[in-house]
Amino acid sequence: MPDTGAQRVLRKEDNRFLTGRGRYTDDFNRQGQAYGVFVRSEMAHAKIKSVDTSQAEQAPGVVAVFTGKDMEADGVGSLPCGWTVTDRHGNPHKAPPHWPLARDKVRYVGDQVAFVIAETDAQARDAAELVAVDYEPLDAVVETGKALNGPQVHEEAPDNLCFDWEIGDKQATDDAFAKADHVSKVELVNNRLVPNAIEPRAAIGEYDPGGDEYTLYSTSQNPHLLRLILCAFVLNLPEHKVRVVAPDVGGGFGSKIYCYAEETTCVWASKKLDGRPVKWVATRTEAFQADAHGRDHITTAEMALDKDGKFLGMRVDTIANLGAYLSNFSTAVPTYLYGTLLAGQYKTPAIHGNVKAVFTNTAPVDAYRGAGRPEATYVVERLVERCARDLNIDPAEIRRRNFVQPDEFPYQTPVALTYDSGQYELALDEALKMIDYRNFAQRRQESERRGKLRGIGFSAYIEACGIAPSQVVGALGAGVGLWESAQVRFNATGSISVFTGSHSHGQGHETTFAQMVADKFGTDYNNVDIVHGDTGRIPMGMGTYGSRSLAVGGSAILRACDKVVEKGKKIAAHMLEASVDDIEFDQGTFRVAGTDKQKSIGEIAFAAYVPHDFPQDVEPGLDETAFYDPANFTYPSGVHIAEVEIDPDTGETQIADWVAVDDFGRVINPMIVEGQVHGGIAQGVGQALLENTVYDPDSGQLVTGSYQDYTMPRADDLPSFRVGMTETPCPHNPVGAKGCGEAGAIAAPAALMNAITDALGTEDIQMPATREKVWRVAQQRLAPAAE
Amino acid sequence: MYQFDYHRPTSLDEAAQILSQDDEASLLAGGQTLLPTMKQRLAAPSQLVDLSGIAELKGVREDSGQIIVGAMTPHDTVANDKTVQAKIPGLAHLAGEIGDPQVRNRGTIGGSLANNDPASDYPGAVLGLGATVRTNKREIPADDFFLGLFETALDEGELIKEVAFPVPKKSAYAKFHNPASRYAIVGAFVASTEQGVRVAITGAGPCVFRVPEMEQALNSNWSADAIKDIKVAADDFNTDLHASADYRAHLVTVMAKRAVQAAG
Repeated sequence: MPDTGAQRVLRKEDNRFLTGRGRYTDDFNRQGQAYGVFVRSEMAHAKIKSVDTSQAEQAPGVVAVFTGKDMEADGVGSLPCGWTVTDRHGNPHKAPPHWPLARDKVRYVGDQVAFVIAETDAQARDAAELVAVDYEPLDAVVETGKALNGPQVHEEAPDNLCFDWEIGDKQATDDAFAKADHVSKVELVNNRLVPNAIEPRAAIGEYDPGGDEYTLYSTSQNPHLLRLILCAFVLNLPEHKVRVVAPDVGGGFGSKIYCYAEETTCVWASKKLDGRPVKWVATRTEAFQADAHGRDHITTAEMALDKDGKFLGMRVDTIANLGAYLSNFSTAVPTYLYGTLLAGQYKTPAIHGNVKAVFTNTAPVDAYRGAGRPEATYVVERLVERCARDLNIDPAEIRRRNFVQPDEFPYQTPVALTYDSGQYELALDEALKMIDYRNFAQRRQESERRGKLRGIGFSAYIEACGIAPSQVVGALGAGVGLWESAQVRFNATGSISVFTGSHSHGQGHETTFAQMVADKFGTDYNNVDIVHGDTGRIPMGMGTYGSRSLAVGGSAILRACDKVVEKGKKIAAHMLEASVDDIEFDQGTFRVAGTDKQKSIGEIAFAAYVPHDFPQDVEPGLDETAFYDPANFTYPSGVHIAEVEIDPDTGETQIADWVAVDDFGRVINPMIVEGQVHGGIAQGVGQALLENTVYDPDSGQLVTGSYQDYTMPRADDLPSFRVGMTETPCPHNPVGAKGCGEAGAIAAPAALMNAITDALGTEDIQMPATREKVWRVAQQRLAPAAE
Repeated sequence: MYQFDYHRPTSLDEAAQILSQDDEASLLAGGQTLLPTMKQRLAAPSQLVDLSGIAELKGVREDSGQIIVGAMTPHDTVANDKTVQAKIPGLAHLAGEIGDPQVRNRGTIGGSLANNDPASDYPGAVLGLGATVRTNKREIPADDFFLGLFETALDEGELIKEVAFPVPKKSAYAKFHNPASRYAIVGAFVASTEQGVRVAITGAGPCVFRVPEMEQALNSNWSADAIKDIKVAADDFNTDLHASADYRAHLVTVMAKRAVQAAG
């Protein structure tokens, strides 16, 4: 276990970000570059009778106009979904094709119909308006709850059902309910969210006819995976001839994991234009319409309890809206990343979950910060709170009675996962202390004196991070392994270049990884450079999502560091004229055990590149690569408690206090970790109070298509979060880290909605708890008193 | 954006002249509504006549007991102007509640009034204080200026020069903001003036309006309690994702009460 020092050093990357010197995809301009604009469907569902591009082709500056027919003629494949879900009857999920440019039908507002390329962006936009698409409108279905009976989106999927999946033991669960003293039930909507990364997606596709090589500059969280999908599935290109560069990327939250139509089309179009680079930069409107959305579940959940409030069994039925097409991970999110988390932190002995995933005429839904785990936590924690209220047991106490205890790990849940470690009660106790739970009743009275309604809400969450152990996910149906690579290279002058497959788009890897490596070699973190985001520079890697970077990518880096030390020992043994077995390494110094004979790693590195007298069995160079495949998921957990004060006159919810006590295992830079927690909670608060993606139920138009209508959380919507931590190191990875990127977004919605429903005295309100909704409920509640 | 020609005249006359020669030309003040609309290709003026080069349109001054705000004065200037803060704190507060810092440093009072967005803040202050809109042709009292949804008394080719605000005994603005756009869902401006109390409501209906019942009640008893039971009809109020008409109607009373309390 390395001594990481846990230092709050400032982020190295912020210098360039804060001075406007970051380099994002749109900052790159290639020689001879042309500009592409997509013609998008204005209809939610329609047959394409014809696409007339003749006028657009004649417009000033137009280079080319492509349609789905052109791609079809070229044999371009479908954008794939990489995870197979097997339904209750043993059949694979329905996988209708998703063409980069629509061929016969459009299936949501924003679906790509044609690609117009011109000398300038303005000319491309002007010409795009001249593409005449003749549609035959079809009835559309956009609502999750109506999809199973709605107009059919794909011929391949009767009743719009992609799959009907289950997890857990239904019989055992039914038996538990049969013997229960009490059953609690909740009906929940998990609202659809637009990811809203600050940098919209962008791409430059560039084909070099000289070497038959392709380069894609793209806003990607995982350039290697993007290359793999492009080559193996969609464009059928030789992988060694394709380079994907993901430079500075302004946020992703999952939405930049995927191989999208637009990036794909830019690469293909550059080849069609014999090597002319083609750039596309999404407008914010396109980001709303065509970035993969998140969440969108409807769920009924029930808990069977005995008279003491012990959980006996849990039953969950969910309809998950996947949108019009399957995105790369979309089938995994409401299944392997959702159903497997339904045990929460509790020893519920029997659980059965059923998920019906449906197609609708809406943007594709895929992983968004938390991906399935926020949905699971929301179900479990709203239900547990409901149980406490129904049985009149203190919400902290009912959790305590059902927690998995520290001596029960590894703990096999009834829904596939094996939890490795955790101290759930420790976090709860700390959170209760921080929020001064004992005096809540007094604070509530004080609020009431001012005419306000005060409530408190808990969320004890668990997540499966460190995505992912290849063997486990392979058994679950993943089309890929989810290990990570790292290369650690000492340069001759002693500085260190670290090449990692973990992409950084806001997480601060360039600092955290550098701290970890510097600590290992006893050097300053400014001597360590983290290189990522370019398939031409780094070994094959899997990218950044699922809170995996430190737990998986960091572990790969430590493994590579270990290899460097082993190699260094050989060189040191030679230089110090000792046996390799006698060389010890600590904090950058190789020493012959029990002597004062030593060499610094800087001296070793220099010698490695000037090996004038090396013996035959010692290779020059100090440059090692490691691949790390985790043995298990990691299981960050924690307790968040939110306290709210509601103004019944207006329905405004003020977050009076928020404490978060998280267990992320080993922490390298607490400042960065706290920033991740703050950001995650802000997104969770956004979901619970403000954000909602609304499609018109009749026309299928996206109503919340801009910041005028889609409500992002702002600084003045948020309190000062109070963050505490417990530290139970992950027992199975060399860093001991569990991952922190998604926790806030996972924990927050349940905590906030539990607080709001506590204040209002009713469960009858769904996210987002907007001011008007809260006001209406508050008026109903206060009405008898007013009369 | 579609292509357009750009002018930056240095006098009102020059601006008016360009405007008079082209029906498709458009004035550009702070551009906080026009430019996003053009970017979305929902507006396509042939020429933009940028008023930022006309020095006489900028700034705040005191004249004959009134506060005069030039049409091209940004919201942030009004919000932080010492004279406005001292004489009409309700107006300074309102200007500081518009949009966000970027909007407040670009957006102008003239642009806001000429556009007359039903959810914008300034119409509340102009009507609530009984101000006068001075144009290149005439003076228009606030009660005659705001005609309807995005509709004002301004003629074709008429430009706002400045706005003259009488100094009230007291005034305040209470705003219930749209959480997404930060426009007003309901904004209540109340003022106690030499001529009596004025209550103006913006955001709720298609156009800013006064509430005579509240004004009467406050004339006889300046207190929040005096208007707590006065309800406005929701009949022609706006309904959207963020607030229904009857919620807005309810908020009119709540915000008017809060404004009275804030005015002291």
